[in-house]
Amino acid sequence: MQTAVDQELLALRKTAREARRLVIQAVHHSKAGHLGGPLSAADVLTALYFKILKIDPERPHWSDRDRFIMSKGHSAIGLYAVLALRGFLPVEELQTFDQINSRLQGHPDMTKLPGLDMSSGSLGQGLSPGVGMALGAKLLGKDFHTWVMLGDGEIQEGQIWEAALVAERYNLDNLTAILDYNGLQQYGWTVSVANGKRQPRISIENPRQRWEAWGWNVLEMDGHDIGDILETCQKALTVKNKPTLIISRSIKGKGVSFMENDYNWHSKVLTDAEFAQAMTELAQPVEGE
Amino acid sequence: MPEAVAMREAFASTLVELAATYPNLVVLDGDLANSTRAEVFEQHYPDRFLEMGIAEQNLVGVAAGLATVGFIPWLSSFAVFLVNRDLDQLRMVVAQPNLNVKIGAGYSGLFTARTGKTHQEVSDLSVMRAMPNVTVVAPADAVETRLAMQAATANPGPWYIRLVRDPTPVLFGSDYQFIPGEVVTLRSGTDVTIVGTGVQSVRALGAADLLAESGISAEVLHAPTLKPLRPDVLIRSAEKTGHVLTTEEHTIIGGLGGAVAEILGEHRPTPLSRHGLMDLYLESGSNDDLLEKYGLTPRHIAEAARALLRRD
Repeated sequence: MQTAVDQELLALRKTAREARRLVIQAVHHSKAGHLGGPLSAADVLTALYFKILKIDPERPHWSDRDRFIMSKGHSAIGLYAVLALRGFLPVEELQTFDQINSRLQGHPDMTKLPGLDMSSGSLGQGLSPGVGMALGAKLLGKDFHTWVMLGDGEIQEGQIWEAALVAERYNLDNLTAILDYNGLQQYGWTVSVANGKRQPRISIENPRQRWEAWGWNVLEMDGHDIGDILETCQKALTVKNKPTLIISRSIKGKGVSFMENDYNWHSKVLTDAEFAQAMTELAQPVEGE
Repeated sequence: MPEAVAMREAFASTLVELAATYPNLVVLDGDLANSTRAEVFEQHYPDRFLEMGIAEQNLVGVAAGLATVGFIPWLSSFAVFLVNRDLDQLRMVVAQPNLNVKIGAGYSGLFTARTGKTHQEVSDLSVMRAMPNVTVVAPADAVETRLAMQAATANPGPWYIRLVRDPTPVLFGSDYQFIPGEVVTLRSGTDVTIVGTGVQSVRALGAADLLAESGISAEVLHAPTLKPLRPDVLIRSAEKTGHVLTTEEHTIIGGLGGAVAEILGEHRPTPLSRHGLMDLYLESGSNDDLLEKYGLTPRHIAEAARALLRRD
């Protein structure tokens, strides 16, 4: 027998699958855009926007809303898809992604689309505004929470560690960063070449030790297990006096077999045949369906 | 000589003054509060003084985040770091989203306590002028610094205020009104127009005195705002004198000289000469030695004006 919790998790899994389908459709339609990162983040974004964040699509500028910053701005289409499903914009508008006069810029532009709390794109910069928002909440005596999604590639940028230091210094327990730890970046370091196929790897091993050394509380979760995501994010909200980093173990390109764990799909145009296969795979039942 | 006051002292006292009117004003410091004098603000408002440490990239990002939740963050650091190290941060999270961040750019120009070329910011006006959405101001003295900071705090959007470390002569009286974008006529004349910005406008007045001794009537204009920069006063003066000399404690490329050349080139082509730093980096030295060696004194400005007039 299905419990209410089971039904809720099933609904979220189906929503995440729909978000992935919308990502594939939008990128195929515009013939440009990133795929691997949006797909690895889709489950976390769905859990956040449908269950964790205190938000109201009817009032995108509500001053007490929780904040979310997509620091790895090239995953914008993943965020747009979830925002559309949540009611911040019409789902049909996703077809304008990347195109002239669209509110859906290649990288998030807060001046164009209500619901975006910060602009991003140049990597490594999203955590700092998150620190500013969390610090601002403390100064204002407000209890909204600030969430920042980081790419595991972009934490190579030094500014991330500047922000980490200041967040710890000001005891920002109202700030949570989620590290989308999919292990791949656009090119990365070559670790092996077999049969002419290059195998790269991100050189940020042991993120737990690195962030703990910076004074952060560190949690880990399976970035594709909705139940685990909800539980871990709720736990992050209860931590006192420290900012939290959640290491979200994920698979780049998750959900489309030929994209999974292949860095070449960081950003690539789909052929019509690839598009058809991806959509077929993303029509399969989710767990519990 | 008129009384001399350092802009950084005006920066600090004005922050304190504004804080009473604007409860949402905060100051973010990059470990330089005892240089920029933002320490005075901390003494008055310790809870609204946010130390960010030696980490200027994060400094700008935190300010952007604070601006999105309703604060008016003023940055306290050196121009050379804010403009150069933070160029991408200012571009992406301040200028592009047009956020309400106020950049107090200390220690601009030559006066950096003998620290030399690494700390002398002499191309900030060119760089910041090219950044959409940013209002760029180089006040002439402590009085104008205060007024420009009042205007910056009252008007939403990013503002860049170019500040000088050491005492400089007070040019303006208590009746002076700062109007963003407007060019101010400091002295009327008929033979040549000298346009200055920042503290160099005071030296331009000194040059006009020297020129008067040899019978040359110089009109002196002061352009405190590099962007926006209203063309009307410049064009009328160029029409009257027929010769325009710009002078700035800054590279002659892209700053005041560039801005005036653009305006006159488009609206009223006029014989023009740009005086300032000649596409070079400087060195350590006393303020007076630097001004002398790099040719920024009233005497040098007067010589440049005579050379322009001889071109006829």
